[in-house]
Amino acid sequence: MIQRSLTLFGGLFVLILVVGWVMGLPFTSSRLVEAAAYALIALGLNIQWGYGGLFNFGIMGFLMVGGAAVTFISYPINPDFWGSDGPMMLGRALLAFAIGALLVLAARQAHRVGITGKWKGALTVLAWFVAYVLYRSQLDPAAAYIESAGGGWVGGLGAHPVLGWLFGGVLAAGIAYVIGKICLGLRTDYLAIATIGISEIIRALIKNMDWLTRGTLTVSPIPWPTPLPQNYQAGGMDIASSLLLARAGYLVLALVILAAVMWLISRAYAGPWGRMMRAIRDNHIAASSMGKNVTARQLEIFVFGSVLMGIGGAMLVSFVQIFDPSSYQPINHTFLIWVMVIVGGAGNNWGALFGAVLLWLIWVISEPLSKAIFDMVSYWSTNVGWGAIPEIEARSAQMRVFVLGLVITIALRFAPKGLIPEVVKREG
Amino acid sequence: MTEIIFFINQVVISGLVLGCIYALGAIGITLIFGILRFAHFAHSELMTGGAFIAFLLASAFAAWGIVTPIPTGFVVLPIAMVLAAILALGIDKGFYAPLRKRGAKPVTLLIASIGVTLMVQGLIRLFFGAGSYSFFENEPKEIFRIDTSALGSTRPLVITEPQVLMILVTLVSVIALHFFLTRSRLGKAMRAMADNADLAQVSGINTALVVRVTWVIAGALGCMAGTMLALDVTLKPDLAFNIILPIFAAAIVGGLGQAYGAIAGGLLIGFAETLAVFNWTMLFRPLNAILPDWAQLPSTLALVPTEYKLTVAFVILVITLLVRPTGIFKGASS
Amino acid sequence: MPLIELKHVVGGYGGAPILNGVNMAIEKSDIGVIVGPNGAGKSTTLKAIFGLLKVTGGTIEFGGENIANSLPDKLVPRGLSFVPQEKNVFTSMSVEENLEMGAFTRKDDFKATMAWVYEMFPVLGEKRRQPAGELSGGQRQMVAMGRALMSKPSLLMLDEPSAGLSPRYVIEIFETIQRVNAEGVGILMVEQNARQALAFATKGFVLASGQNRFTGTGAELIADPEVAKSFLGG
Repeated sequence: MIQRSLTLFGGLFVLILVVGWVMGLPFTSSRLVEAAAYALIALGLNIQWGYGGLFNFGIMGFLMVGGAAVTFISYPINPDFWGSDGPMMLGRALLAFAIGALLVLAARQAHRVGITGKWKGALTVLAWFVAYVLYRSQLDPAAAYIESAGGGWVGGLGAHPVLGWLFGGVLAAGIAYVIGKICLGLRTDYLAIATIGISEIIRALIKNMDWLTRGTLTVSPIPWPTPLPQNYQAGGMDIASSLLLARAGYLVLALVILAAVMWLISRAYAGPWGRMMRAIRDNHIAASSMGKNVTARQLEIFVFGSVLMGIGGAMLVSFVQIFDPSSYQPINHTFLIWVMVIVGGAGNNWGALFGAVLLWLIWVISEPLSKAIFDMVSYWSTNVGWGAIPEIEARSAQMRVFVLGLVITIALRFAPKGLIPEVVKREG
Repeated sequence: MTEIIFFINQVVISGLVLGCIYALGAIGITLIFGILRFAHFAHSELMTGGAFIAFLLASAFAAWGIVTPIPTGFVVLPIAMVLAAILALGIDKGFYAPLRKRGAKPVTLLIASIGVTLMVQGLIRLFFGAGSYSFFENEPKEIFRIDTSALGSTRPLVITEPQVLMILVTLVSVIALHFFLTRSRLGKAMRAMADNADLAQVSGINTALVVRVTWVIAGALGCMAGTMLALDVTLKPDLAFNIILPIFAAAIVGGLGQAYGAIAGGLLIGFAETLAVFNWTMLFRPLNAILPDWAQLPSTLALVPTEYKLTVAFVILVITLLVRPTGIFKGASS
Repeated sequence: MPLIELKHVVGGYGGAPILNGVNMAIEKSDIGVIVGPNGAGKSTTLKAIFGLLKVTGGTIEFGGENIANSLPDKLVPRGLSFVPQEKNVFTSMSVEENLEMGAFTRKDDFKATMAWVYEMFPVLGEKRRQPAGELSGGQRQMVAMGRALMSKPSLLMLDEPSAGLSPRYVIEIFETIQRVNAEGVGILMVEQNARQALAFATKGFVLASGQNRFTGTGAELIADPEVAKSFLGG
């Protein structure tokens, strides 16, 4: 088992070297930073699915939340906004939100004053509606004002990016708590569809709340936690070395965080907490009859996993320095992560880590690789007189989706437990 | 009166058209769930793939110079549906049947269906690029404007030829499906297997045959829905991928496994989406004449902004899952 | 030649076998009753005959051919029918549709068989349009038996037909089984109400640990002091 893992990681290392040799160091160093962030995200999913058996198909939503959080914390302050009426108007909207929330809560307690059954239901619906109208009546003018006269959007707080990452985790945790409270009682496939639905709602919100996130106008440049290549260049360094040095700095920070997370969850999983989680996953009913609070534990695990997703999403956004809500797609940001965990080995952290790096490399090199293949075929077909393949560039760009589908299909058929499967310990 | 005609144009017709498309897609999902017990995500690709098959056939017809009185898309639809059914059978045989044979859990099949989604979508993009296509390159899209001035409206009732055909074809398919499920031996066997697969097997029902019939129906209806959507808007590789969630919402709201529920759910989601983004001021504008100045209607009075149209389906979905997870018609619970 | 003959059948769900050599022979005129403690392999024997679990040894001869590991859609047309213990009706379908499903493998006209079933169970004729899920436990058992009879079987297998029924219905179901047998259908059933069932059984089999312990006519087994002591509760 260990030997198999070592062989696989050795192979992965060779693959990285080959990619580095063929595609060049600047390309490869960027991909490695991203791979580290994806590894963090895949660990988050591994906690939820591999440990907890929770079917989270809304990863994209958590990545977006993390990304929005890091722009909010680390982007420079927008003085135009703070100097306008915007903050006050937003305050009123917040107040309206609070009043609305109180209304709904009050309606849900209506049975205490003798309103029950259908009437209580009707009252609750009415309360929701009133709260919604109240909130919209305050928020809509505030949003319109900020977008036109109030500085365009709220801007950031100008704090350190690592604080932004942490905030990404916190925000993701909060949202995961709400989603978990609502959805965790659902059956597996319903949970999958519900989480996809919620992540689409999050995407629609972030994409369209221009006053808060700048929406499709995108936010950039987002600062780095480590020195940028430009900082090194200002010191007289040449471009190639500055790129490498800066990315190496970022990579080291990402790896430190990844290692710390790995260590923490491995320790937790080996302890009583992990045993309980496995018990719950493998036998729901038995675990709950033994007095374990299954729902609370599942909520815990859902929140933990989502925190890692939020942090990973924030790290990705910081690294590319741009937050573009329209670049988020379920294929790239939900399904890709799933393929990473399944191919790597659900339930095994090393497997998830391996899968994340491997799949990210496959994902990024399938485009140049298919272009090379197409070029070769095109050259050959031109020579035999069949003419060249048209639009090779555009077609190669689409190949990675196909490759991803192919990889998951093959994995499910031939290695359903993943390349580095969960180690099943026989206890007691 | 003008306002009511506007309401019919904006809500009734577009809600009905959208509802028909959702319903046809949701029937396939619900039948597959009823028989095979897994959420088939790749249904979107059966729809998109079917639409591209129809598009290729229509282009071939145009190239051969065949001119049809109704839009070619509808003429080639039966052939496209047969091909899409074969595609569906092939996908099952190639990807799902081996996993079922191994006794894989429904969750594994769900993930496999994601893999199929990615592969089919990748292939479609590989051959057709990421751009969009129209069925009406070589023929006009006829638009009927029914003069309603006799009713005192200054606006005509507007409906396109594809929309009329679409509603008719959906109606015919739904009635045909109803008779299939309640009158034919195989249809009843399908209901029996959805009800109790073990007992169906014990009764000697050829379950493999029922599974094949299910894929044929799902593929054919999916092709119909996809082609119609492409005829109503435009054809692109992510045509149905973008609406697979509202379709799932329709199937769940109707109760997974319930064919009639899927139809009701489809129409419900279709109308809910159009009603939610409808600007009510357009309907109630005449009231401004009798309302006092301070209570004049604002220029836009929609429940949700248009950008959030798709989220309406998700909100309905989440509420359904919370309040009545079995759907409005009691769906399969296991 | 008996209608069905099990010779030293071994089988299980993968892993350790549950049946370790079961022998049985049933004639067309027989009512065979299998009794025994929990986990003895009673229901498993019926399932093994019906191809619902893997038979790894021995033979099951039916109509002169070895049918071991054949699937139901092949067995039903050959004259074998099975009524499972639980979930044995299609709850969302009407009584008549349930019966039609029993006749799925038949290509000929089955109206006469349906009339025969309604004659046997008049209450089903009255409720033919009602969903089977709305019927009482006893009536459901009748639907299940009616469904199994629709394929005109030569051997009807029943898994604990009296389970969960009130005493009045138990008597009724047992009477019906004897009536069906009188019409020329061989019966092989598993029963918990052992004493009651053996009273009318022409063949009785006591299974324990997946093997025959005692075999004889129903009356013989009831009379056997050892059987009575160990398996019939004294």
